[in-house]
Amino acid sequence: MKKFLFGLGMTAVVIAWLVVWTALPWFAVLVLAVALVLWLLLTRGGRRTLSVTRVGLSTLTQRLGSTAVIVVGIAGVVAVLVALLAMGEGLSTTLRQTGSDDTAIVLRGGSGAESNSVLTRDEIDAIEGAPGIVRDAQGKPVASAELVVVANVPKKSDPKNDTNVSIRGVGDEAWSVRPNVKIVAGRKFQTGLRELDVGANAQRQFAGLDLGNQLKLGGQDWTVVGVFASGDSYESELWGDAKSVASAYRRGNSAESVIARLSSPSVFDQFKAALTSDPRLKVDVSTTHEYFSKQSEGLSKVIRIVGITIGLIMAIGAIFGALNTMYAAVSTRTREIATLRAIGFRGLPVVVSVLIETMLLALLGGIVGAAIVWLLFNGYTASTLGSNFSQVVFQFQVTPALLWTGIKWALAIGFIGGLFPAMRAARLPVTTALREQ
Amino acid sequence: MKYFHLIWAALFRRKTRTMFTLISIIAAFLLFGLLNAVRVAFTSGSDTLAGNERLVVASRFSIMTGLPQSLQARIAAIPGVEAVGHQNWFGGVYQDPKNFVFSFAVDQGYLDLTSDIVLTPEQRQAFAATRDGALIGEALAAKYHWKVGDKIPLQSQIFPQKNGDKTWPFEIVGIFKTTKDAPDGRDQMFFLNWKYFDEANMYSQHSVGWYVVKVSDPGNADKVAQAIDALSANSDHETKTQTANAFNASFAKQIGNIGLIVEAIMAAVFFTLILLTGNTMAQAVRERIPELAVLKTLGFSNRGVLALVLAEATVLLLLGGVIGMAIASVLAPALSKGSGGMIRLPPIGAGNWVEGLVLMILIGIIVGVLPALRGMRLKIVDALAGR
Repeated sequence: MKKFLFGLGMTAVVIAWLVVWTALPWFAVLVLAVALVLWLLLTRGGRRTLSVTRVGLSTLTQRLGSTAVIVVGIAGVVAVLVALLAMGEGLSTTLRQTGSDDTAIVLRGGSGAESNSVLTRDEIDAIEGAPGIVRDAQGKPVASAELVVVANVPKKSDPKNDTNVSIRGVGDEAWSVRPNVKIVAGRKFQTGLRELDVGANAQRQFAGLDLGNQLKLGGQDWTVVGVFASGDSYESELWGDAKSVASAYRRGNSAESVIARLSSPSVFDQFKAALTSDPRLKVDVSTTHEYFSKQSEGLSKVIRIVGITIGLIMAIGAIFGALNTMYAAVSTRTREIATLRAIGFRGLPVVVSVLIETMLLALLGGIVGAAIVWLLFNGYTASTLGSNFSQVVFQFQVTPALLWTGIKWALAIGFIGGLFPAMRAARLPVTTALREQ
Repeated sequence: MKYFHLIWAALFRRKTRTMFTLISIIAAFLLFGLLNAVRVAFTSGSDTLAGNERLVVASRFSIMTGLPQSLQARIAAIPGVEAVGHQNWFGGVYQDPKNFVFSFAVDQGYLDLTSDIVLTPEQRQAFAATRDGALIGEALAAKYHWKVGDKIPLQSQIFPQKNGDKTWPFEIVGIFKTTKDAPDGRDQMFFLNWKYFDEANMYSQHSVGWYVVKVSDPGNADKVAQAIDALSANSDHETKTQTANAFNASFAKQIGNIGLIVEAIMAAVFFTLILLTGNTMAQAVRERIPELAVLKTLGFSNRGVLALVLAEATVLLLLGGVIGMAIASVLAPALSKGSGGMIRLPPIGAGNWVEGLVLMILIGIIVGVLPALRGMRLKIVDALAGR
């Protein structure tokens, strides 16, 4: 009964500690670590703990196999967790960076994505006349009516299979509503010609998009004349002259979206109100920032959930691996620990020393796992189907925050894996322990 | 088999250690169960006979570009073509954009050539006779409690009606079951009449999304596909014809290389597992060296000891693995349900179990072999003396 209650109490402590641990910011952990080191160096109990720990650590080399179980097991958990989270992070960063608060996107009501939307010429004119839009030197509104069509282009990694790539038909205004889009090689396409500028990410991911290459779109040959970079999801696209794209895909003079530069983020509400109250129009208006953030929500949430679920299941496996190893380690040292206690050592130094040993191994595992992911996957280019039914290219982002999450998981696994064996070592009656073989 | 109790007793000699190892194995095979089904669904899952007999004819430019309806008769005239039907993506949602309905406008020919949905002649007739009729899968019907005769408004995210209204009324005229080997998700489908769609929508007239063609001889499929593509070569609606299997596979690949990601995860999981159980087995054998020596003294052959230890490792893996995969097969449907359709895990089929069992035995042998060899080679005198 007493044993059961003790076990229950321990479990409660572990759960409470885990809750606190996940919420703990890095500086709090740093403070804890510094406090531990000070305690180890400055107090009597601490110095005792240190000497016991040193004995434990010195025997590590004699049991390399079981030590490796902890390190490799935890490295595996951290690597898989961080890699999956880095994928989700990369995708959502790419989409979140797209758009800003002072540009608005106007789509046909209820369409949700550009590819579902259609705006007629009259509607476009009405939208461009709305208040709040910046006007250039000639008094023309800085607004870009755009058309997105989807073309089949194979990936470099899999040249046999076509993937959907967005072709955006734009006018000159497209560059002025998006000042962050810069030509990095070649030149801009010329109006009226079948020329394309390709996004830097698209060029990396898809086959046949080098400067000067010919590409067959809508049954016609198009030439790649430039490469642009923007650091966001537009880089997954190919841009061409709006009229040429519309004629190749038989779209007439309609567009799918209007992107407008507003004089400041604060006029957005006024702009939106003007459009929604206009009887000629039935449109949805949002800031581009909001529009693109929304797109990343679903998929990055799924990736996050999947990553954490897989991480949790693997962590359970790793915890029990660590438990096994540390129980074995403690049981081979039973007599030694009992001797220490017989000559006057308290339980605490023993508990802390076993915990320190496990957590150091866990830390090593966490660092190894995080390092592997960082080396292999940081900046790794991947793509998936985005909301326009076409590919969004993004890079895995192994951010410091994710690496820190990985290390925290590693330490949590190490803590649980070490705590129970440590308590056992400290609680075994000295007389029984001394008699053990 | 007569040594089974011996193996069992050896396994549970140290209960805690075996339990801990077992839990690790369970965790590993739980993951294997959940992930392998996903991997199979994304890589080889679409390799069905029905998929080899059927061709999908879509625009070469992109799947979003339609094809003229006039192509249907010309495809049907090609030798080796048994039937032609067509589909349009409708993009329907029910009440809220979150309630996505997999809805397609289809013609009668499409219903003729699908083999994985079960329709009664009455349902077919009702669908043909009702302009705004809809046939829905039973899972979809159960989700929204729809019955035959219900009037359902669906909003199309893409196609408004001619009057600009995006809400399309439908009357449900039949609820269909799917056959056992139907691809996942077929029972979620919503079929509407292409004619109604074509006449009433604002934008696309006489345009179909893609054709589905049934060929009389799957061996002939390549030839037929080439003949179909030749029909529209150099026109403004060039086609690209693939088997339904190839079409589905290329579609799945667009989402990402799921197969590769899953394989990488499983490699990490099993590498760790081998190390972990290998370590446990090594410990277990090390502790029992005198016992193994006694067995040998009693007359067990070297090979007998080898087999005993190998069997012990394999039994351990099988025990944990089967429990893990059993949990996975319970958990997979629960997770799919709990996530509200965000994550859809395919059910764990017989193929997965076979792969899992092979893996368990294989890993059992790998982790058992070194300790087993040690047991086999030990010299009785040394072992008993504790040297």
